[in-house]
Amino acid sequence: MMQNLNIDLLINLSYIAAAVLFVLGLKKLSSPATARKGNMLSAIGMLIAIVVTLLNEIKLPWENIIAGLIVGALIGAVAARRVEMTGMPELVALFNGFGGASSLLVGLAAVFVAGTSTFTNVTIILSILIGGVTLTGSLIAYGKLSEKMPSKAIQFTGQQVFNIGLVLAILGSSIMFCLQPSAESPWLIAVIGLSLLFGIMITIPIGGADMPVVIALLNSYSGLAACAAGFVLSNNLLIVSGSLVGASGLILTNIMCKAMNRSLSNVLFSGFGATKVSSAKVEGEVKPISAGDAFLILEAAQNVCVVPGYGMAVAQAQHVVRELSDHLEENGCEVQFAIHPVAGRMPGHMNVLLAEANVPYDQLVEMDDINPQMANMDVAIVIGANDVVNPAANEDEGSPLYGMPVINVNQARTVFVLKRSMGSGFSGVDNPLFFGDNTRMLFGDAKESISHIVGEFKG
Amino acid sequence: MEAIYLSFILMLAIFLGFELIAKVPSTLHTPLMSGSNAISGITVVGAISAANSGSPDLAVWLGTGAVALATINVVGGYMVTDRMLAMFKKKG
Repeated sequence: MMQNLNIDLLINLSYIAAAVLFVLGLKKLSSPATARKGNMLSAIGMLIAIVVTLLNEIKLPWENIIAGLIVGALIGAVAARRVEMTGMPELVALFNGFGGASSLLVGLAAVFVAGTSTFTNVTIILSILIGGVTLTGSLIAYGKLSEKMPSKAIQFTGQQVFNIGLVLAILGSSIMFCLQPSAESPWLIAVIGLSLLFGIMITIPIGGADMPVVIALLNSYSGLAACAAGFVLSNNLLIVSGSLVGASGLILTNIMCKAMNRSLSNVLFSGFGATKVSSAKVEGEVKPISAGDAFLILEAAQNVCVVPGYGMAVAQAQHVVRELSDHLEENGCEVQFAIHPVAGRMPGHMNVLLAEANVPYDQLVEMDDINPQMANMDVAIVIGANDVVNPAANEDEGSPLYGMPVINVNQARTVFVLKRSMGSGFSGVDNPLFFGDNTRMLFGDAKESISHIVGEFKG
Repeated sequence: MEAIYLSFILMLAIFLGFELIAKVPSTLHTPLMSGSNAISGITVVGAISAANSGSPDLAVWLGTGAVALATINVVGGYMVTDRMLAMFKKKG
């Protein structure tokens, strides 16, 4: 008895230590200078929690546990080493899914433990439900991001009605299970099946450009799933860590929604990418420029800002962009990178790509900080971005983008837009920027165009 | 009573989470996501207990699966976050 008490105390004390380390780790993430140390602290916390739990649980069948740990660690390590930085969104989506699957399994395993209270049964259902939705939702998000399936929004008539029916069916089955909980209950299977289906249904109507919101939301779900598993097992550490992750995902979701000037329900249910709204006709003349002429203008520039978008990642142009920035700085020019919150496929995606290309993080500027300086910019270079620099969002009340905060590149003295062709962005909305008096279009592959300019600087 | 006590912890942790995360600069939002992914792998602790509950074989296997999946998150999440954070350098 006494010994049991001591072991319990030891476990709980080490869980407190782990929770403190997680919190400190997140706190240190508030600056790039201390972030790496923070991540290390958080990992140490995790190690303590796992080792202490293992020490307590060494009875049969601990071979299973060790095997699970080894297999998981190997897969995780290989994935973490192999992934390209452009592929980060897919990896995070996949990891979210594993987190959800894990909670689903923990909930299921708990069903087999006899003699549980109604409260526990409710939490078991929650754990299975959130876990299941996170699992299939993340897999669909992964499919869309890795282009293993079409990234377009998939919609059909009666979708809303179907989803409402699905929610009611989930609620009904959950209640039926809680009334008569058993591992053989058909309602349990119904809850699992329906939650897996629901995860698919809420992710398919979301288009490619809205993906940052979805991954952030699924990130939050994976935390909530861990939370629910914590309630099932009455484990404080799971609840605390789960809520930290849940809060993180919610904050990111909120930031993404604000940056698109849309509510969360609008993102989730309206399928922006699917509906093309014709707005005021854009008129004017497109003025192309050659890389050679672009070089002459850049050579004379004092202030340059680069606005990257997902197109830069697709063209793998981040390394030549950094080279160009180096040459410009040698030439006495000040270069800044203006990052829109929803540029790329996940929050902060552009920052990681540029960091990988050795762009120092103090050169990366947020939208709200760059916009007041825009009038002083000699040249703004837009690389693979479209909707996030569309002036219609400020001016044209008829535009579907109206009200979305954008980077006001049209206020710079000259704007270079690097683009493959004259197609519109993900939203399908025309961009009057391309027809502006101070805009010059540099057509072609972004990587080749910039390499050409870099070549001129060298030669 | 247990339900109340657990909910109490949940509320406090959510508020703490909001305070902490709001201070993370947008530059670090991708590492934040992969790092919090790793933290949500804490389910591994629950999964270990679930796998060991001494209940039927099926529960043991479910628990083992949960251990493996959550470990992917923990190991993969921390390693990839470290890889990213190592790339963030100051000027000069």
